[in-house]
Amino acid sequence: MLHGYSSSLLDGAWLTLQVAVLSLVLALVLGLAGASAKLSRSRVLRAPAVLYTTVVRGIPDLVMMLLVFYGGQIGINQITDRLGWDYVDINPFAAGVATLGFIFGAYFTETFRGAFLAVPAGQLEAGYAYGMSRWQVFRRILFPQMLRHALPGLGNNWQVMQKSTALVSIIGLSDLTWLADQAGRSTHQPFLFYAVVCAFYLAMTAASGVLFRSLERRYSVGVRRAAA
Amino acid sequence: MIEWAVITENLPEYAAGLWLTLQLTVLSLVAGLLLAVPLAVLRTAGPLVVSRMVWAYSYFFRGTPMLVQLLLVYYGLGQFEWVQARWAEGNGFWLIFREPYGCALVTFALNTCAYTTEIIAGALRATPHGEIEAAQACGMSRLTVIRRILVPGALRRAIPAYSNEAIFMLHGTAIASTITLVDLTGAARNAYSQHFAPFEAFIFAGLIYMCVTFALVGLFRLAERRWLGHLQPRKAGSVKA
Repeated sequence: MLHGYSSSLLDGAWLTLQVAVLSLVLALVLGLAGASAKLSRSRVLRAPAVLYTTVVRGIPDLVMMLLVFYGGQIGINQITDRLGWDYVDINPFAAGVATLGFIFGAYFTETFRGAFLAVPAGQLEAGYAYGMSRWQVFRRILFPQMLRHALPGLGNNWQVMQKSTALVSIIGLSDLTWLADQAGRSTHQPFLFYAVVCAFYLAMTAASGVLFRSLERRYSVGVRRAAA
Repeated sequence: MIEWAVITENLPEYAAGLWLTLQLTVLSLVAGLLLAVPLAVLRTAGPLVVSRMVWAYSYFFRGTPMLVQLLLVYYGLGQFEWVQARWAEGNGFWLIFREPYGCALVTFALNTCAYTTEIIAGALRATPHGEIEAAQACGMSRLTVIRRILVPGALRRAIPAYSNEAIFMLHGTAIASTITLVDLTGAARNAYSQHFAPFEAFIFAGLIYMCVTFALVGLFRLAERRWLGHLQPRKAGSVKA
């Protein structure tokens, strides 16, 4: 099937999935850190977080990725030169995951910030009044309720993010899109192979849609929907 | 430390690239919006079969990466002998798909149209029922209600979500540089490959993109003030006065 390219395409699909999941993890961590910094009382923490979200959301992801990939290479060269080490090639996988995580971390920062603000302050005060520590209030009251408010936004960002993984093919990572491009060129059937890529992404986004709907149901147990 | 020559020597190319980026963004947004309004009406108020077809179209374009869509159109269509035959006979419509500019414009317009259709359809569904009842009580026909009540109200409500889509589109056009077009990103890639100075080449392009982004945000803020003025939060001063 697919002129003998099916196993190579499967490898590419697996790589695409890895890029998507790893950059999601990185983006979630950066998002939580960014939101905490943006909500903190210290200006030293707030200013870089504001700069981060403003700059990242103003620049196309492709430009950012090219900057990290080519710029990162030069930065690494300078470091290795200075330390007298051997030449180190920047890994397109690491560059891709780092860039996607960094970009979507900014979007997650905004999502988490809004979600943290949506938890009523009185509940946190009630927690402190019971003698809970800051960490206990965070883990028992703030975080679970924040997640409920954040889930719709997270789901949207994740859908955008999955599709952005196709950009890593431009910096030479042999992901699904890149392999399909190669297969299309050698068999002279590019339409067929790009259609397969489309089918894969459709399956992935549809599956995440189902997953997020069930997560949202799970986290809004006990919330009454306003009757339409 | 900064090699200004990378920027100054390539300034004309950056300017031409910016012009192409703006063209692609504005033309695809306008075409997408014009097409999205009727599609959104069909999606919400059309016959079930038509509504399903619009949903399938927008689901496909929203569920796959725009890069893959662009490659599918630009490299993929040439695979078919039927299309090659149309090119050979000089068919004006199909010749659009032989040029990277036409391919990019059509793909971007269809892509943004898919998202915009969903945004407007959502706004249409949010129409207060009383408005429709009032219109019917005035004796308006179904078409008149759509034209006078549903669409104008929905377009207003869609502005905040649509401003995000416009910015995504501006940033999305960067992938035009993968099919040989020299847009702003393409100009930066050329500047990089001439001088091997990635920071200067890409940061300069990034700054221009940021300026255009802020300009777009400003324009949409003006549009919201003009068409959504009644929903603006009241200013602290206006309460006292």
